[in-house]
Amino acid sequence: MLLDPDGRPTAAGAARLPAGEELLRGLAGMITARRFNDQASALVRQGRLAVYPSSHGQEGCQVAAAQVLDDGDWLFPTYRDTAAAVARGVDPVEVLGLLKGDWHSGYDPYERRVAPLTTPLATQLPHAVGVAHAARLRGEGTVVLAMCGDGATSEGDFHEALNFAAVFRAPVVFFVQNNQYAISVPLARQTAAPTLAHKGVGYGIPGEQVDGNDLAALLDVLSGAVERARAGEGPQLVEGRTYRMQAHTNADDATRYRADGEVAAWVARDPLVRLETYLRTDGILDDARAAAFADAAEQVARRTRDGINRDVVPDPDDLFRYVYSEPTSQLVEQLALVHDELSRDESSRDESSRGEQSRAEAHR
Amino acid sequence: MTTTAVAHETLSTAQAINRALHDAMTEDPAVLMLGEDVGPLGGVFRVTDGLTATFGEDRCFDTPLAEAGIAGFAVGLAMNGMRPVVEMQFDAFAYPAFEQVVSHIAKMRNRTRGRVELPLVIRVPYAGGIGGVEHHCDSSESYYAHTPGLHVVTPSNPSDAYSLLRSAIASPDPVIFLEPKKLYWAKGEVALGDRREPGIGTAVVRRQGTDATLIAYGPAVPVAMEAAEEAAREGRSLQVVDLRSIVPFDDATVCAAVESTGRAVVIAEAAGFASVASEIAARVSERCFHSLSAPVRRVTGFDIPYPPPKLEHVQLPSVARILDAVDDLQWEDA
Ligand SMILES: Cc1ncc(C[n+]2csc(CCOP(=O)(O)OP(=O)(O)O)c2C)c(N)n1
Ligand SMILES: [Mg+2]
Repeated sequence: MLLDPDGRPTAAGAARLPAGEELLRGLAGMITARRFNDQASALVRQGRLAVYPSSHGQEGCQVAAAQVLDDGDWLFPTYRDTAAAVARGVDPVEVLGLLKGDWHSGYDPYERRVAPLTTPLATQLPHAVGVAHAARLRGEGTVVLAMCGDGATSEGDFHEALNFAAVFRAPVVFFVQNNQYAISVPLARQTAAPTLAHKGVGYGIPGEQVDGNDLAALLDVLSGAVERARAGEGPQLVEGRTYRMQAHTNADDATRYRADGEVAAWVARDPLVRLETYLRTDGILDDARAAAFADAAEQVARRTRDGINRDVVPDPDDLFRYVYSEPTSQLVEQLALVHDELSRDESSRDESSRGEQSRAEAHR
Repeated sequence: MTTTAVAHETLSTAQAINRALHDAMTEDPAVLMLGEDVGPLGGVFRVTDGLTATFGEDRCFDTPLAEAGIAGFAVGLAMNGMRPVVEMQFDAFAYPAFEQVVSHIAKMRNRTRGRVELPLVIRVPYAGGIGGVEHHCDSSESYYAHTPGLHVVTPSNPSDAYSLLRSAIASPDPVIFLEPKKLYWAKGEVALGDRREPGIGTAVVRRQGTDATLIAYGPAVPVAMEAAEEAAREGRSLQVVDLRSIVPFDDATVCAAVESTGRAVVIAEAAGFASVASEIAARVSERCFHSLSAPVRRVTGFDIPYPPPKLEHVQLPSVARILDAVDDLQWEDA
C-alpha cells in the first residue's frame, strides 16, 4: 500500500509514489472508467444492453492494467474488464459489442492489441502465454498482461497457463483481480491458500499481492512486474485485492449472499476517492484539472450512450460469412433458405397479408 | 416401478426441478446437490433455491469454480455411496468437464464390468431463446448423445421435468439432464411423488394427428405443438412426438407414430450436421422406409455458431420453417 484508504502516503509510499503526472493520468482514467461503468449499467436498465458485469469499485485495477503497458504490448482481459479495454484506447461502443447483442465481440483485437472479451473463465490465459511465446520467437519485446478473477484461479486453465508460462519463461504478467466473489461464492470457497499470490510458488513464478484499490501501489507493482517480464525474468503473478461493489450483473441479487455492512466497508475504500484526496491534499490536482477530467469522462459516457442507442439492424448474412474462410456448400444452401424466407416476409408485408399465407403459396 | 403420484400442483419448470431435488433429497440422504452458486444463491436460475437452508451445507453446496473438478469429484462421491446431482451453470460452461464426462463418467461401468456404478446426474441448462450472449445458448445434446454410456434426457414441460429428474436421480447410470432455459418459467400442472412412469427411455405422443409426424425434444416441443396448431387451421392434421429421452431412444414409439402417418419432420435447435436430429432421421428412414411417402425432413439450427441475441430468431426453428418443411413432404403424390 502506498496510499492508505484516507489518501495519506504510507511509509513505503513516501519513497515509491509514482510521479504526479502518472497519478493524474490514473485518476483521469478511473473517473472515466467509473463513468463508463455506470453509463453501461444504466443502458442495461434502459434495455439497450443485454447484460453488464460492472467493474464499479475495481477501476484502480482496470486502469492500472492498461496504463503500465506500452503500445506494442498485449492485454488479455476477462469478461468483466470492459473498462480496462476502454482505458487501453478501445472504442467504448465497440467494447460493449458482446453485451449489446449485435455480435460476439465488437472490436479488432489487433488494433489496440486487446484480445476479445469472452465469458469462458480462465480460457484466455493459455492464449496469452502463446502470444507471449510467439513474441519471443519473433524477437519482439512484447509483454502480455493477462487478467482474470479470483474465481477463475480455480479453473484448470489458470494452472496450466501459469505452468506453461513458467516452463517457457514467457513474458506474461498474470493479474488476478480478487474482488472477493465469484458471483455468490466467496474467496474462501475458491482457495485455502493464504493469498492468491501464493499460487505462483508451485510453478516457480514470483507472486505479489497489492492493494487493488490503491492506484499508486498498483502502478508501482504492475509496472515492476512488466519490466521484469520484459527483461527476460519470466512470468509474474500479481493479485490485486479489491471488491465488486455492485451485484455480479444486473441479473444478480447480491443481498442473497452478502451483508450491506460488508459492502459499506469497501465503499469507504473507494479507489477514486483515495487517489483524489491525496492529489488534492498535495496540491497536484486543482479544480480546473478535476473539471477537465470529469468533462472527458462525460464525453466517453455520451459517446457510449449515443453509440449504443443507435439502432443497427444486424445482418443475418453475417452469421454465415465468418464461420470459415470460405463458406461450405451447406452454408451457402442454408443462407439461400434464409434469403428466401426473408424475401417472402418482405412480400407478405408489402401485400399486408399474413406471413403464413405467403408461406403456403410459395409452396403450392 | 410404481406410480404413486400423491398430489398435483401448478409449477414452473424451474420450480418443478427444485421440487424434484427437494423430494429426492428428503427420501434419500445420499442425494447431494453441488455446483457453482447452487448454495445460498440458489443457482443463477434459482433452481436450487432453499435447498441449502432446508438440508444444510453438507447436502447442497457451492464448489470451487472448476467444472472438470466438479465432475471428477462427483465420480468419487458416486463411487463411495453418494448420489450426486451436479449443476453446470450454462451449457457452454460444462465443456471443461468434458474429459471427465467422456473418459470416466461414461466408461466406468463398462471398464469395471459393472462393478463400479456411477449413479450421478449432471444438470445442464441448455439451448437458446433467452437472448443470451455467446456461450449461454449452446445446444450441446449431440456431444453427450454421441458418447456411449450416458443417458441423455430433456423435458419439455414442468411435469416431465419433475418425473424425469426423479427417474434420473434414481437411475444406476449417469444421466445428462438437459434443462431448456427458455422453458424455466413456463408453468404447468405437475404430478408429484415418486413418479417414474413413463420413465427414461420413453417418448410420448403429445398430440394426435394423421397427416404427418413432428418429432421434437426439449425446447423444440412447444414450437412443434404451435406448428401443429397452425397446420390444423390450414386443414392439416399433424401428430407431435416428444422424445423426452434422447438416450435411450424410444424406437418403438417413434416408429409407430411415423408409420401411422407416413411422413416425418424432425425438429431441433442444435446445428443439424452430425446431430441428434440426423440420428433420428436416419433411424426413421431405415426402420419406417416402407411406410414413408416422402423423405424425412429436418428443421434444425443452421451449421453456424449460435448467433448473438439480436439474430437468434434466424437460427431457431420457427412455426413457419416447420410448416414449410411439412409442405415439402410430397403431398402431390398422395
Ligand atoms: C468456465 C466457466 N464457468 C462458469 C462460468 C459462469 N460464471 C460467469 S462469471 C462467474 C464468476 C467469476 O468469478 P471471478 O473469476 O471471481 O470473476 P468476477 O466475476 O468476480 O469478476 C461464473 C461462475 C463461466 N463464465 N465460465
Ligand atoms: Mg471475483
